[in-house]
Amino acid sequence: MARETPAGDLTLANLTKTFGTFTAVDDLSMTVPQGSFFALLGASGCGKTTTLRMVAGLEEPTSGQVLLGDRDVSRLRPYKRPVNTVFQSYALFPHLDVFENVAFGLRRRGIRSVAGPVRQMLTLVQLDGYERHRPAQLSGGQQQRVALARALINHPQVLLLDEPLGALDVKLRRQMQIELKRIQTEVGITFVHVTHDQEEAMTMADTVAVMNAGRIEQLGAPAEIYEFPATAFVADFLGQSNLIAGDVSGGSGDDLLVTAHGTRFSVPSARSRTDQGPVFLGVRPEKLHLAGAAVQVPAGNQYLEGTIIDASYLGVSTQYLLRTGWGTELSVFVANSGAQQRFAVGERAVAYWHPQHAFLLGRRADEADGTMPVRNEPVGASP
Amino acid sequence: MSPRSEAGRPASPPAARSGRYRLLPYLLLLPGAAWLFLFFVVPLVQLAAASLYDPTGSLSTGYALTWAFGNYPTALQAYWPQFGRSFLYAGIALVLALLMGYPLAYAIAQKAGRWKNLLLVCVIAPMFTSFLVRTLAWKTILSDNGALVGLLRDVHLLGPDGRLLATPVAVVLGLTYNFLPFLVLPLYASLERLDRRLLEASSDLYASPLTTFRRVTLPLSMPGLIAGTLLFFIPATGDYINAELLGTPNEYMIGNVIDSAFLVRLDYPQGATLSFLLMSAILAVVFGYLRRTGTEEIL
Repeated sequence: MARETPAGDLTLANLTKTFGTFTAVDDLSMTVPQGSFFALLGASGCGKTTTLRMVAGLEEPTSGQVLLGDRDVSRLRPYKRPVNTVFQSYALFPHLDVFENVAFGLRRRGIRSVAGPVRQMLTLVQLDGYERHRPAQLSGGQQQRVALARALINHPQVLLLDEPLGALDVKLRRQMQIELKRIQTEVGITFVHVTHDQEEAMTMADTVAVMNAGRIEQLGAPAEIYEFPATAFVADFLGQSNLIAGDVSGGSGDDLLVTAHGTRFSVPSARSRTDQGPVFLGVRPEKLHLAGAAVQVPAGNQYLEGTIIDASYLGVSTQYLLRTGWGTELSVFVANSGAQQRFAVGERAVAYWHPQHAFLLGRRADEADGTMPVRNEPVGASP
Repeated sequence: MSPRSEAGRPASPPAARSGRYRLLPYLLLLPGAAWLFLFFVVPLVQLAAASLYDPTGSLSTGYALTWAFGNYPTALQAYWPQFGRSFLYAGIALVLALLMGYPLAYAIAQKAGRWKNLLLVCVIAPMFTSFLVRTLAWKTILSDNGALVGLLRDVHLLGPDGRLLATPVAVVLGLTYNFLPFLVLPLYASLERLDRRLLEASSDLYASPLTTFRRVTLPLSMPGLIAGTLLFFIPATGDYINAELLGTPNEYMIGNVIDSAFLVRLDYPQGATLSFLLMSAILAVVFGYLRRTGTEEIL
């Protein structure tokens, strides 16, 4: 692990945490650059909160290190770390008013003049005039902002956010996402945001790490991860993906050839995670287009024929489900721009895509086609 | 901590829809109020009257209500050492009980895990035997030829003739033991509700464990602490069994004097006067205490 990180980067080195026989975090290594908005994304139980708690010092690593700049803080007690947390439950002190909650960290560090910074912080989170309110008198969104102010006022080297928006309703959550992003840009502190909401992670973070079973599956910019996922898990967890099981059957120039269900497709080598053996050919639903017949497919595109078995009108788009000849269902999003032909359930149609929009992932030999059904319809089994 | 929904709040009920609903709360109060009136207010008034009887009267010659306010200074003058002792012993016992009871309640509430219920039973179990029997048991424990005194003599904490029984130490220990559960149970109830995440938040915000205790745990356990303190201190101050069984007349508390005034000397006016003095003194201490802790609203 390189140690010449600039002061302030958060580095996790071979971090592991086991509870009994269960490994919550498994040999995790990564660097969060100073000043970035970093999201740890994963389903519940994937180890993201445990990782966060180890950075905060609330959980002791079984092995591995937490470094802030060059400083190893792994064994420091939480109150000795220049790190603050916004807890999922907010954990506001019920016996203290908003002012005292926000001033708590400053007072503990022996800072005498707290009034100025507290007011400034309450202005930042738009809670002026609430100084004397008790937490119980505030709405969920307001409590959330007090929790944020209480942590931010200490100017931590890293701010940890543990699903801070989980308890808010959709509209408020959207508003707080924008606000959090604004505040992060304003204060320039490193934010590490734990969430299970992929949309939240993508909207706010510069860098997203997708976690699964205690490990990082993929780390990168949101667009990068979305456009070219590293594993089937990421392709499925981040948005929807149509994954068609096949095998690499050769190469031609910069392309790899894949045979799936007797049909040959090509994928650029640059968009392939592997160049041999069993693979998944992946295409995002919005990258698929529909046409009435194979002859209408523009040159250079690849296609699959099938029958429309479901059409859901969603306003901005229509989601179609196309069942191919061998039973696999493909999800297709068509924007309702008015230019596209509409299809009815039962109609024959052709789904086509440009090879540049496909990606190739490694596959275990026993894995079958994976598609994200639009609703809970069964995924067609391959014969 | 859940977000409040303004819309979800039910509209205030139409005010006084009918006389029946308006009277309902009072009807519900009635049995308790009647009970309190008959068995608390009436005897209290009677006791107040008795404290002002002519002190020269006796049970055989009969008493006359002569508004003898002089009974009060006389009683105070005669028995101020016993008054002082009551508050001193109860006070020392309270401090000892707090030193033992707070950690105990904290451990049961926050650290005991699956042993929680068993430990709680252990705290309550002694209450299944009579107060008198328990105090008599202490008499055995503290006796001159008991193991405890022998051990203390061996390690020279007590002189060769030193003893525990029939000393103020025995009385204070007895009080501490007998009233400890009254302190522990309300404290436990408060500490059990303490959200561990608040302690984590405090730790995250630069508070050392000691500061976290002072700034978060202690203030949040205040209601239980106050309730427990009062439940301990009030009966301990008025107690006379411990001084009777574990002490000598030199350790007698005001309860012993009241006991003998009513049951031995049959001096009803003095017994009533002392009772009223004790009650006023306790009330004064309690109000002073509540004012200091600033939590009148919990009562």
